[in-house]
Amino acid sequence: MTNHWNDLQNSDCILIMGSNPAENHPISFKWVTKAQRAGAKVIHVDPRFTRTSARSDMYAALRSGTDIAVLGGMINYILQNKKYFTEYMVEYTNASFIVGEDFDFKDGLFTGFDPATRSYDKSKWSFELDSKGNPKQDKSLAHPRSVFQIMKKHYGRYTLDKVSSMSGVSVQDLKELYELYAATGTAKKAGTIMYAMGWTQHSVGVQNIRAMAIIQLMLGNMGVAGGGVNALRGECNVQGSTDYALLYHILPGYLKTPLAGQDTLEQYNKAFTPVSNDPKSANWWSNYPKYSASLIKAMYENDDPKDAYNYLPRLDSHKASQYSWLPLIDRMADGKFSGALIWGMNPACSGSDSEKTRKALGKLDWMVNVNLFTCETSDFWKGPNMDPKSVKTETFFLPCASAIEKEGSVSNSGRWMQWRYKAQEPQDGVLTDGHYFHELWEELVHLYEEEGGVYPEPITHLTFNRMCEADENGKYHFSAQQTARLCNGWFTRDVEVKGKKFKKGQQVPSFAYLQDDGSTTSGNWLYCNSYTDEGNKAERHDSTQTEEQARIGLYPNWTWCWPVNRRIIYNRASCDPKGNPWNPEKAVIKWNGEKWIGDVPDGGWAPGTKHPFIMLKHGMGQLFGPGRVDGPLPEYYEPLECPVETHAFSKQLHNPTAVHFEDEEKAVADERFPFVASTYRVTEHWQTGSMTRWMSWLVETEPQMFVEISPQLAKLRGFENGEKVVVESVRGSLWAIAMVTDRIQPYKIAGKEVHMVGMPWHYGWVTPKDGGDSANLVTPNVGDPNTGIPEYKAFMVNVRKWKEGDA
Amino acid sequence: MQRRTFLKTTAAAVTATAFTGLGPAFALDNVVKEAGECKIQWSKQTTSICAFCSVGCGLVVHANKSTGRVVNVEGNSDHPINRGSLCAKGASSIQMTVNADRPTKCMYRAPYSDSFEVKDWEWCKKRIAKLIKKSRDESFEKKNADGNVVNRTMGIASLGSAALDNEECYAMHSFMRSLGLVYVEHQARI
Repeated sequence: MTNHWNDLQNSDCILIMGSNPAENHPISFKWVTKAQRAGAKVIHVDPRFTRTSARSDMYAALRSGTDIAVLGGMINYILQNKKYFTEYMVEYTNASFIVGEDFDFKDGLFTGFDPATRSYDKSKWSFELDSKGNPKQDKSLAHPRSVFQIMKKHYGRYTLDKVSSMSGVSVQDLKELYELYAATGTAKKAGTIMYAMGWTQHSVGVQNIRAMAIIQLMLGNMGVAGGGVNALRGECNVQGSTDYALLYHILPGYLKTPLAGQDTLEQYNKAFTPVSNDPKSANWWSNYPKYSASLIKAMYENDDPKDAYNYLPRLDSHKASQYSWLPLIDRMADGKFSGALIWGMNPACSGSDSEKTRKALGKLDWMVNVNLFTCETSDFWKGPNMDPKSVKTETFFLPCASAIEKEGSVSNSGRWMQWRYKAQEPQDGVLTDGHYFHELWEELVHLYEEEGGVYPEPITHLTFNRMCEADENGKYHFSAQQTARLCNGWFTRDVEVKGKKFKKGQQVPSFAYLQDDGSTTSGNWLYCNSYTDEGNKAERHDSTQTEEQARIGLYPNWTWCWPVNRRIIYNRASCDPKGNPWNPEKAVIKWNGEKWIGDVPDGGWAPGTKHPFIMLKHGMGQLFGPGRVDGPLPEYYEPLECPVETHAFSKQLHNPTAVHFEDEEKAVADERFPFVASTYRVTEHWQTGSMTRWMSWLVETEPQMFVEISPQLAKLRGFENGEKVVVESVRGSLWAIAMVTDRIQPYKIAGKEVHMVGMPWHYGWVTPKDGGDSANLVTPNVGDPNTGIPEYKAFMVNVRKWKEGDA
Repeated sequence: MQRRTFLKTTAAAVTATAFTGLGPAFALDNVVKEAGECKIQWSKQTTSICAFCSVGCGLVVHANKSTGRVVNVEGNSDHPINRGSLCAKGASSIQMTVNADRPTKCMYRAPYSDSFEVKDWEWCKKRIAKLIKKSRDESFEKKNADGNVVNRTMGIASLGSAALDNEECYAMHSFMRSLGLVYVEHQARI
């Protein structure tokens, strides 16, 4: 989230699309309904009528996977009816930038597409530069190659009729939606978006969010109270685990994983440190070398970062099609991994195409699963269609401490880093995850020292003990406090930075003081300032606020928030270029003539001296985004499995760059699999249910796998409500109880009736008895080309009556 | 004051306030004052954050002072986000920890075996470390096909976890990268 949960109360219009917060983030709804009581409009756009729809002022049903049609139509509406916030758009976004002559768009493809590699040459989308190397601008927005004019042309194609024919939303509903939301395009109104996996889990996931970011920038909704682009993360620390880079493509703090060919730290830094010649661009990533050196120093405190850089493994590319989840499981299925460490996860139910995933686990020589409870992953070798006697995988289950049996911090969607305390000791025989990591590392160091082995230095030099505390016998134990100190970072020698003197061992006060020469450590520069000499700020429970802060509920002294306790990011955009808030009633920051007051500003520079989007090279919000792999502007494509052979916007049926496997069949307008399907969650369970299916109070409320079916489809198939039915796709099948409900209605797509079914994905064969199995048995191995996130939200199935002998 | 009496008085106060409209909430004031004087004697309180979704609701966890074991988990009414309220999952949090079905020992399943057997952590640690080392040493690539230095382990995958604390995530990142792993993924991807 660019903003945070309490900030929802400040909104004038809350668009909920690609999420169902009343069901899945229930307490967030406290703030949604608070805004509503104060006069805000709440709009829900979703394939199903849900608990969120029931509390919304407007609900529109769209066919799953057609969000870009609906959002592209909104961009068109805003442009045609001049609903944008002109001053904001001209001053703070790249609307006025001139795009180079190479750029073009024809029939669903941008220039630079290579069909052989299914990828684009992004250099064809570059901006035209002036003599200083900065993008040329036309603030009148009249230049035919200005971003503004290119967008007008691109989205002029998204007419109400076309959008309606693909999405199934009526023209009247589209008009009402567009009018309501576009009304926030003024100085004193703020609109916000709450989205979740309903947007990310598509083969156009990133572009769904890009489309909304464009809308928010045009309407002047970024950086302001009650605005922003707000991703509702799914797990209590999925924000933190992403910040800490448990992903192939990044290192902590969104630094890049080194690539082959970047042989030195200098070459690596050069590749990822952007350069801007615009004095008004803060270009914050120009500090990249300080953050990379401090991270390496945190990992290898006794080495020079230049040397220890060699200990970091390197990728051949950052392509999602090469290293992300889907190709990883595919590689496992091919027998190319001998071992897997599976921590706090249940991929046998959570990955797409569970049958493929479960079989892939059987190709490993060994597998370690660490969890609170046994699950379909730890027990995969005795699951359905498995004969333990033919499964080689040597399997370990390690029981771990629960969240209240250890201390440490988690970061919520609003980026608040919140400390948890230990309420009880874990049972004998149960360790925390941190202790497991540390003890395994110690054992490996011991083995490499004793036996030797391949390139042991990265392991033996790792200063893991700096994350630990020693007991009275001198034995080191993992310590969350000590690790939190390291993640913030300390000075490794006496130095003077920016006129301030620091002693060796002192905590670094904020990332502005990090250095590129090994004199500072920081396990994650984004968290630098969280644990200073003042102490661990994630522990703070102080509700005091200034009057300005209290007006919008910033709570700056309650725990801590990255970056540098800034509660609303890009907040320089909440003021005009003179430093006056667009909306003084709900000011986030304000220039008092000498300094900014309110929230921590996005840099302390005087108003008008720096562009507001400081993390971007040019400092301007990107309406035109030349960095994504599938195009600089969101474009409509059908999901890789879809009910139609053509669509209204171009001849390019699917996202041409999507991640998929050529040899895996997909159902496209396939009469064997005529129904659109989507997966989702319910309040009473969580993710694969690997925890909640062991909790009797929750199992009692939601005991069994079900499929939501419209009365029309039930009639077509002859189903009774409550009957056991089979859901099947190209990949597999499962049984579910038919829940016949008006909440799902067929769509009118290109003049034809299209049915949809929806399923929760919380179940698995381990427990409860007769609870059913994972909905992911039927989901496809296709995904977004930027992120690799699988398309769980739109695929094709059949539903039929269950008979004896079915799974 | 007993907790039960407190709840009853609060209910009465709310009713009284409701009936007196905008009048002075005298009863409620008294209750708030008295509640402030209540002392919980038999349990120790610690605060925590709900382990389910990403809203980050505050919890208060009560552990019996004499046994040290958790007896109750509820919403933290001081917390600015949830103000004491919790959803069905959050309100069931205690069952995640205090649960007879939670394994308390490491379990091991030998290749081609049809059952788990209990093993102690020391044994598992030694065995797992040996397996990691073998897989790493056998699959370590110093250079890729183009001859560039890559220093990576191709034979081990790491999955997880958004269920870890930040500090554990950092430890996991450091450990996995020190092993040379490039196939490092978790829930955020799926």
